[in-house]
Amino acid sequence: MPQPIVGSGMHEPPHSITRRVLGITALVTAAFGRQLHAQPQQQAAAPEPRPAPPDQVEVHLTVNHQAHTLSLDPRTTLLDALRDHLGLPGTKKGCDHGQCGACTVLVNGVRLNSCLSLAAMRDGDSIVTVEGLAPDGKLHPVQQAFVKHDGFQCGYCTPGQICSTVGMLDELKRGLPSAVTADLAAMPAASAAEIRERMSGNICRCAAYPNIVAAILDAQQGSAG
Amino acid sequence: MRSFTYERASDIAGAAKAASQPGASFIAGGTNLLDLMKVDVERPTHLVDVSRLPLRDVVETSDGGLSIGALVSNADLAADSRVRQRYPVLAQALLNGASAQLRNQATTAGNLLQRTRCPYFYDVAMPCNKRQPGSGCSALGGYNRMHAILGASEACIAVHPSDMAVAMTALHAEVEIHTPSDVTRRVPIAELHRLPGQTPEHDTTLAPGELLTAVILPPPPPGRQIYRKVRDRASFAFALVSLAAILEVGGGKVKNARLTMGGVAHKPWTPKDAERELVGAAAQADSFDAAGQAAVKDATGQPHNEFKIALAQRLVARTLGDLAAGG
Repeated sequence: MPQPIVGSGMHEPPHSITRRVLGITALVTAAFGRQLHAQPQQQAAAPEPRPAPPDQVEVHLTVNHQAHTLSLDPRTTLLDALRDHLGLPGTKKGCDHGQCGACTVLVNGVRLNSCLSLAAMRDGDSIVTVEGLAPDGKLHPVQQAFVKHDGFQCGYCTPGQICSTVGMLDELKRGLPSAVTADLAAMPAASAAEIRERMSGNICRCAAYPNIVAAILDAQQGSAG
Repeated sequence: MRSFTYERASDIAGAAKAASQPGASFIAGGTNLLDLMKVDVERPTHLVDVSRLPLRDVVETSDGGLSIGALVSNADLAADSRVRQRYPVLAQALLNGASAQLRNQATTAGNLLQRTRCPYFYDVAMPCNKRQPGSGCSALGGYNRMHAILGASEACIAVHPSDMAVAMTALHAEVEIHTPSDVTRRVPIAELHRLPGQTPEHDTTLAPGELLTAVILPPPPPGRQIYRKVRDRASFAFALVSLAAILEVGGGKVKNARLTMGGVAHKPWTPKDAERELVGAAAQADSFDAAGQAAVKDATGQPHNEFKIALAQRLVARTLGDLAAGG
């Protein structure tokens, strides 16, 4: 089923419309295939009747310090709620399967993949997106560091990289260990190796990794000092 | 994604009852279930959101172990100071799984109940006995680099993807289960997951509506602990072979040994013969080499994963040697 397209279509580049249409076609084909499989004796199976739209769920979200109440199809992910219902296209849809990190946002201060979270399950939560890091147009120190070190090329993964960095630096400050922390009982160091490991959930297809690591080290030193 | 109805459970008993209905499914972190719903592999018609149930604590048990609430996130469990100090094998396993974002969201119970990442299970255009019983196994004769070398069947050669479960199995954890008829029971974690046999559609021994509420760790066994994971990337990749190992050495001999392997079977795989032969053996290379050989003596490779047999054997031998040298 296609997601209802509400509100912010103007934020979407045209190719996303094509993606949606293709998605619908694929689903219709899949439904048709299932019908054929279920009733092989039938010559030409009619497509499955479209099921009634599900009951909407009311969801209260605080996004970038602003309260919102949304009425959503339960299938709506947090990512789609942000982009399509709240007009915040800064958070990017990369793989939509939790593998690339482009959709990373902060939920109650913790970084996670908004594509793998249902908006309905975030009812009452506080979300910060890349738009919320620079509320009055003044860049967040992590954003400044990415600009200074040229920590991107095409920029598509950048909002996720930046939100992930903000969450990651807080995890470091709280002393949370990683897979490369040699002494699990000690405070982890903000080394390049630690940063690479901790940022492995954010893929950059342009491979701007050396500059991303440099930016994060710089931002970390700034925030520590 | 197909449409579903959504409810948020307010108590454990109600959640178990609601999820025992046909088509219903629990959801907590959702990192695996939503992924599978998007590709039409999982098709729940009703989601019971258990993420707000009061199962988020890690508490000491009276015998010196830990009881881990089912909803404790993978990140929080790995960061727990008691886990880091007393169960480092578990902290290491958790930190070697997934990405930081996923660990922040994924829960303890969800990690145990995540499904295989066999690409044919994910591809609804291909036969898969786990997804559609009786349709065949596309991995047999297909691309099977990531697949099982132990305990597989002609119906399924998928592996269980969890790192955490491997460490918990080596620690002899138990899982606490709440049934839809309001009974609580405990099961050794080694009996939670099952081998595929002729019914690979069943990953676990749980019945519909049975809710995992906790994982109970007994007091840590004596000896040094370590989790080693061999994978194609340095981070954020599933195991080719992994190993949770615990070794106690005294007077030049092995006093206690625990070995559980990941990435090799449909469940965390404990080579009991290797463990047994190690106890009392001299803590030296030839004993550890023999343990490695014993660990894979029943292994069978597929065309693309024969290498896993030697890899698992050497991982066991090398890791035991390192543990013995370190203490």
